[in-house]
Amino acid sequence: MTWKIEISDACIGSGMCAAIEPDEFELESGYARTKSGSVEPRDSFLDAADSCPVSAITVTDAQTGKEIGPR
Amino acid sequence: MTSVDNQPLTYPFNSPDNLELDDRYAELRNRTGMPRVSLPYGESAWLATRYDDVRAVLGDRRFSRAEAAAHDEPRLREGRQNSGILSMDPPDHTRLRVLVSKAFTMRRVEALRPKVCELSESMVRAMVAGGAPADLVDAMALPLPVQVICELLGVPVEDRPLFRRWSDNALSTSSLTAEQFSASREELRDYMRSLVDLKRREPSDDLMTALIEARDVDDKLSEIELIDLCNSILIAGHETTATQIPNFVLYLVGDGASWQRLHNDPDLVPAAVEELMRVVPLGIGGGFPRYALEDVQVGGTLVRQGDAVVVSIASANRDPERFDNPEVFEPSRDTSGHMGFGHGAHHCLGAQLARMELQEALRSLTGIVPTLQVRDVEWKTEMIVRGPKKLMVGW
Repeated sequence: MTWKIEISDACIGSGMCAAIEPDEFELESGYARTKSGSVEPRDSFLDAADSCPVSAITVTDAQTGKEIGPR
Repeated sequence: MTSVDNQPLTYPFNSPDNLELDDRYAELRNRTGMPRVSLPYGESAWLATRYDDVRAVLGDRRFSRAEAAAHDEPRLREGRQNSGILSMDPPDHTRLRVLVSKAFTMRRVEALRPKVCELSESMVRAMVAGGAPADLVDAMALPLPVQVICELLGVPVEDRPLFRRWSDNALSTSSLTAEQFSASREELRDYMRSLVDLKRREPSDDLMTALIEARDVDDKLSEIELIDLCNSILIAGHETTATQIPNFVLYLVGDGASWQRLHNDPDLVPAAVEELMRVVPLGIGGGFPRYALEDVQVGGTLVRQGDAVVVSIASANRDPERFDNPEVFEPSRDTSGHMGFGHGAHHCLGAQLARMELQEALRSLTGIVPTLQVRDVEWKTEMIVRGPKKLMVGW
């Protein structure tokens, strides 16, 4: 199973996601971006989506397109 | 540019009874490297003043909050705050943060907006009806955020006189000894324990009940974490907003035609709130130092493993390298990236709630009282946040 990680325009660059999951999220010119956007499932990606102060991160099942996070 | 000498500077630079920002910040931003500072208690630390340096420290996991417990943490008061979510690092910090963040999402916050708007307007109308002069803190700046956080968390709003004292103590700098500080924290914990026990018997639709479930059903947090988390939400959930409302009023009224400008154009209010979060230096400085877990280069200084770094968000938010004419309040500027709500793992959990409350407070005040004048200010003097204890206004 693969998850797709997307960051919307709502991002304010709080740095929350990069602090929780630095392997996948990084700040570029003040805003978050994904390093690969396509990841092996891991709870910390959902944690990042849940913790984003503006709910800018969505996690979806890459096969079905079903939204998994934020929970 | 000159290099920084080794003698630690006495910190914080500013006194608590105003909203000024000391000129030394601008001077230090222009120097190579970071200066050493010495706080009233604890070991000395590096001080980050530039935007990029502050952001680098707050956003980097190599700088730890949890590690502070193993050191004589630089601090403003004798007592130590070594528990709670602000003393944790990911992943422990994330475990607690996730439990709470759902209550503070934009969607949940927007659902509360109509009620907050109505509450804010009725408080301002009652203040005006009571006649001038009036204490704006007592009339709306304090009761508004208290009522909102009490309902959200599930704390009886009538208990305000009780928890106000504990809240003041938790954020005070010098008025308490270490013993008094921990005694006050234990009283607050006992109070919260009794509320949690009550909610266990009679669950309701609030955040405390949700957190109790996370503990009792899913074992996501310990009992003391549950208690301290509720306390943090209660205190952080009202004190900062209650302080920023009068600060914003004071700033705008003292800034030429800014108050009138917001009265004439209420659509400017959300942008004005962002700009005020940037330009109003709320914190006295020196809170929540970070410890380097390994050697890290910051702003021309090699911070050694085990060194403490204190950041000045107020200075970073006025760094001309990041914001043009940083001293000027200009709601039409691009404020993105301001750090008024912090940055990184500890970015304000309630930022969306605070924004909404500040917007509604400012909208109702500028809308209903266009001729508002400040008559007198009584400052909080021994707190880590700066702002009026009393703000007497007329119109």
